[in-house]
Amino acid sequence: MSSDSYKTIKGIRFGLLNPNTVRKLSVERIITPDTYDADGTPVATGLMDGSLGTIDPGQRCKTCGARVGSCPGHFGHIELSRPVIHVGYNKLIYKVLRATCRACHRILLEPVEIKEIIDKMDEYEDQWGVPDYDLIEEVLKKAAKKTSCSYCEEEQNKIRLEKPTTYYEEVETETGQKQTNKLSPSDIHSWFEDIGQSNEGTEDSGKGEDTRDKNAAKDDCRLLGINPQFARPEWMILKVLPVPPVSVRPSITLENGIRSEDDLTHKLVDIIRINQRLLENREAGAPQLIVEDLWELLQYHVSTYFDNEISGIPPARHRSGRALRTLTQRLKGKEGRFRANLSGKRVDFSARTVISPDPLLSINEVGVPRDISEILTVPERVTEWNIEEMKELVMKGPRNFPGVNYIIRPDGRRVDLRYARNLQAVADSLQPEFIIERHLRDGDVVLFNRQPSLHRMSIMAHEVKVVPYKTFRLTLPVCRPYNADFDGDEMNLHVPQSEEAQAEARILMRVQEQISTPRYGGPIIGAIQDFITSAYFLTRKTGIYTKSEAAQLITAAGLENLPKADTKGPKGEPMWSGKTLFSALLPDDFNFTMFNNLCEKHDTCKKIKCSVEGYILIRDGVLVSGIIDKKAFGAEVPDSVLHRILKEYGADRTRTFLDSVTRMLITNITLRGFSMGASDIDIPPEADKQIEEILTVAKKNVLKIIKQYEDGTLERQAGRTEGETLEARIMEILANARTDCSNVSAEYLDDDNEALIMARTGARGNMLNLGQMSACVGQQAVRGQRIQRGYKDRVLPFFKQGDLSAEAHGFVDSSFRTGLNPIEFFMHAAGGREGLVDTAVRTSQSGYMQRRLVNALQDISSCYDKTVRNAAGEIVQFLYGEDNVDPAKSDHGKAVNVSIIINKILETHPEEAEEE
Amino acid sequence: MAQFLTTNQIKLRLETFHKDKLVPDTVYDELKSELKGKKTTKNQLEQIIKEIINSYEFAQIDPGSAVGTVAAQSIGEPGTQMTLQTFHYSGVAEMSVLRGLPRLIEILDARKNPSTPTMTIYLDELTEKSENLAKQVARRIELTTVNKIAHSITHSFSEGTVKIKLDALLLKDKDTEPQTVMNKIQLRRKECKVEIDPEDENMIVINPLKELKFSDLPKLAEKVREIPIKGIKNVNRVVVMKSKEGKYYLQSEGSNFSELLRIPGVDPTRCYTTDINQIAETLGIEAARNALVKESLSVMKEQGLDVDKRHVMLVSDLMSHTGEILQIGRHGISGKKSSVFARAAFEVTVKHLLDAAVHGEYDPLEGITENVIVGQTIALGTGIVDLTMSANYREFSDKEDK
Repeated sequence: MSSDSYKTIKGIRFGLLNPNTVRKLSVERIITPDTYDADGTPVATGLMDGSLGTIDPGQRCKTCGARVGSCPGHFGHIELSRPVIHVGYNKLIYKVLRATCRACHRILLEPVEIKEIIDKMDEYEDQWGVPDYDLIEEVLKKAAKKTSCSYCEEEQNKIRLEKPTTYYEEVETETGQKQTNKLSPSDIHSWFEDIGQSNEGTEDSGKGEDTRDKNAAKDDCRLLGINPQFARPEWMILKVLPVPPVSVRPSITLENGIRSEDDLTHKLVDIIRINQRLLENREAGAPQLIVEDLWELLQYHVSTYFDNEISGIPPARHRSGRALRTLTQRLKGKEGRFRANLSGKRVDFSARTVISPDPLLSINEVGVPRDISEILTVPERVTEWNIEEMKELVMKGPRNFPGVNYIIRPDGRRVDLRYARNLQAVADSLQPEFIIERHLRDGDVVLFNRQPSLHRMSIMAHEVKVVPYKTFRLTLPVCRPYNADFDGDEMNLHVPQSEEAQAEARILMRVQEQISTPRYGGPIIGAIQDFITSAYFLTRKTGIYTKSEAAQLITAAGLENLPKADTKGPKGEPMWSGKTLFSALLPDDFNFTMFNNLCEKHDTCKKIKCSVEGYILIRDGVLVSGIIDKKAFGAEVPDSVLHRILKEYGADRTRTFLDSVTRMLITNITLRGFSMGASDIDIPPEADKQIEEILTVAKKNVLKIIKQYEDGTLERQAGRTEGETLEARIMEILANARTDCSNVSAEYLDDDNEALIMARTGARGNMLNLGQMSACVGQQAVRGQRIQRGYKDRVLPFFKQGDLSAEAHGFVDSSFRTGLNPIEFFMHAAGGREGLVDTAVRTSQSGYMQRRLVNALQDISSCYDKTVRNAAGEIVQFLYGEDNVDPAKSDHGKAVNVSIIINKILETHPEEAEEE
Repeated sequence: MAQFLTTNQIKLRLETFHKDKLVPDTVYDELKSELKGKKTTKNQLEQIIKEIINSYEFAQIDPGSAVGTVAAQSIGEPGTQMTLQTFHYSGVAEMSVLRGLPRLIEILDARKNPSTPTMTIYLDELTEKSENLAKQVARRIELTTVNKIAHSITHSFSEGTVKIKLDALLLKDKDTEPQTVMNKIQLRRKECKVEIDPEDENMIVINPLKELKFSDLPKLAEKVREIPIKGIKNVNRVVVMKSKEGKYYLQSEGSNFSELLRIPGVDPTRCYTTDINQIAETLGIEAARNALVKESLSVMKEQGLDVDKRHVMLVSDLMSHTGEILQIGRHGISGKKSSVFARAAFEVTVKHLLDAAVHGEYDPLEGITENVIVGQTIALGTGIVDLTMSANYREFSDKEDK
């Protein structure tokens, strides 16, 4: 694929363009402000001159003879009849004018000072390799303050810059009056020409100092911050303008056949037109005023050609009124050349479509629709060993999957099989060294991505599984690292084209290599939602399965042997407990203990006899006690069963564990069925009564406090005013009331309540959500306060002004089950709106923060000597993270999990010891 | 059955293990404490040590890892999950402290004036035991202006004076006297004569020596309000707190660290401020780096976000590796990069290009963005390997085959 040798760019030097270089680079002097003739041929010496390159397919470039794709385009030039200022340098020109003498054009510093500064600059440059720009700024400022030249003793005048590009000199006439003279670009040009050149003004001193003076003058440029090797000050004044090749500013032909020119072309037309008029007028000896006006107009056009967003001058506009997009605009910002085309590029061999779930896929697989797999191809080199297989593939052609779309011959010629008349002949012509581009097929490695790509797990390598229909399929545990769901999300897929890239993807980027996140060194991939619920049903004590069920579960998990039955059914038939079935998936010699979410943190732990099954004990790969829940194998939960498997058995074993667990659990929950409905949040009337009571009491208390406040007897809390104290107290009372209501309702929900199971196991939702649904929604808040906004002294017109009661400030008595009354609904909406605004603001803020972070840190990498360095090789850390440990390979941040190692080797099972 | 090692034998073995410096001290310390009271045989101990070394070596970072990008992502990615609100907290005393995402952004911005700086002030051994002494120190620190102790400040056009009626209770609370107040005002307002009203010891009369313009009198009154009597600048409130150990310490709203350390009664070795630039100024860059780590981690922790310390340390080290605190962004790290392209690709594109031209800058294409821009392999991960196959490899191998 790649040639045997290639050149690398070692570095790029920046500099100002010498006008003579511009002329030399140019293939044509452009003088005609036209583009095309009436018959559509480019006008010679016009902006679309054929020698500037070609954009017409089929046409050859007049300069290099190449066609569209291979002709790089060639520059032309415009001779400006009068020099103009380069707007980008208006400030620097101003600074240089102020820092140099108006007569002898030397920098306005004493020779002693110059020597001192030069020494300083040399020292800095020796140390850091770059000039000291801060020092240069200082020099410019210092020189600008001088009132007379130390060489020719000329009094200096004040220079004024009228933005953007006009310079004035305030001269004192002989009569003592002040006068402002305009400095034309020509004046400035000749001024700048002398800078850094030795001239008569300094040569009158003795012989010995002659050379010294010359050198000193040379240093002037450096002192001004201009590198004389690559830039001359007078080059900031343009006398000649390069005309970019047509490929930079292609014209487009609209459907109706009308040509539409690029913004840059429009601008260049303006420049040439005015330039010609200026030339003609000057030659005809037109009055000074007219010439001046035209000169200024030319300056305007050249300025806007460079930057159309200069403050102080109106932007040049298109006929339609749209501001033109000129050079600066092309480079700048998110859609500019740098961020949109250079830092990020569009690629071939990629696809994008909607995603949908498929629990039967492995976590490192991705379902690719056949339609896509027939378009995306993988290049494969024909060798002696695979030639027969390749021939067969070629025979299938581009339309039969799995086939071949292109053949690349060793001489680089491509054969498009869509137009091959005889596939057999093509197949027969196949020889080693040929490359075929075959359809994507099962087992190929591809990169899968979902935006926003916030962390490295947002792009992972998957193995292809070609599937019917039109969506990408992915299995559910990998939703978490991508942060994907299936409400219409789309994802991207890229096919690595070289063996090297494929190998790297396979070794470094595969999903199982990414299970452990570098953010905290724990698994980011794990069970979510229904899998957790299902695991609860499977592994709880009442999870008992008949032979056929057990067989079904075991088969689903991809195992072949049913474990030994461990219980008996009512008729004495063998039955299997869910724990046994789950254990079949665990590694055989796996030992682990932990507490799950159900654990109620009793004072004395009953361990395996725990009534709520909160103690997970796995001994030799057998789940002895405890229910598997989110804490045990959920996504983004460190120190779990899953985490231990990952640490002790590696990524591949974890993958198979997750795959089999996913399949077993999805089968299990399908067998049982699972749904949550209104009945799950229904509570009996007596509970309703209790809740009502709690709320009445709370409200009474609130009123009591309000009364105290009004009477002035309310005791102030430290650091709070009376008003603030009142608010805090009310909020506290109402928050407690809500919690109490929640607790009441929770008591009436039975253990098999499906909503409750989800909340308790951590599958979805929490007790607060449940309480809000069944008991009481509670206080609505905006900015952490009760709702205060709205009308004067009241939120809504139904309340009395100054009403401080609970309901007047957004306390919602009702539950989502009973429904909210209109006032409550309004308050709830007010609180909800804040959440939405918050999320919107947060995403943009954190997005920018991350962009800045990544930009600042992207060059930093660890080195072979264990230091951490930036691109320039400066050391940032002597030892990465103070222990050289990769957080992704660490054990939840720890370099080594000492206690687990000790326990493993000493084989102590504390719980066993206690049992005996 | 092998013999269990004695405590001493274990100790000796661990000491040689420590001397070998094969694992960091943290791991060694953990091993030492974990082994306490456990019985092991020689074999087992060797096995444990071997396993620990293996485990540590396994966890080593690969050379060429993009640790910077990973750190940036690890800190940036949870940003979407953080809150935006300012929290009111701090136990007894209500202080509002910036938290969550805005605080994190503030830290990374290395802002010179953070929005809610606070200081935790520990007192010397004697003072921290007594609430009274602690209060006295607090009064020395808290900025007391005339306004804070005045009952009323009035101006009289007929007399051409400004009168300050001091509140006796407040005076006592702030531990000051009319005399001192008078002197302080006199010091600041040399063009006036400041006296205590002979009839009222709590009344201070300010008499401008020159006749003032009509409208200047209220202005003078306003200015007098803000004259500091005692305490240090920018520290608007100081609260006495009690630690779990029963020792008193102070918590302040506003920060002026360098001044604080001079206050008698304060233990300068333990005090802390959330203003990182002040730490850099007073205690130096190393302390500032540690403060950056501490502050960032505490934001993450409060938000319940699990972020490895190494990432935070890397960001903090980067911000401080030049010897001064550099911001993450245009005015700091990103703006000081040596590469023109890297700077241009981030923000203010055109300015960087124009400047690079006059400076005649050279971009050595060492960083990431630069190489992406020119379309070359980046020097990260597998890209740091410079070794390539000889272009003539095939000829060589063909010859050898023959």
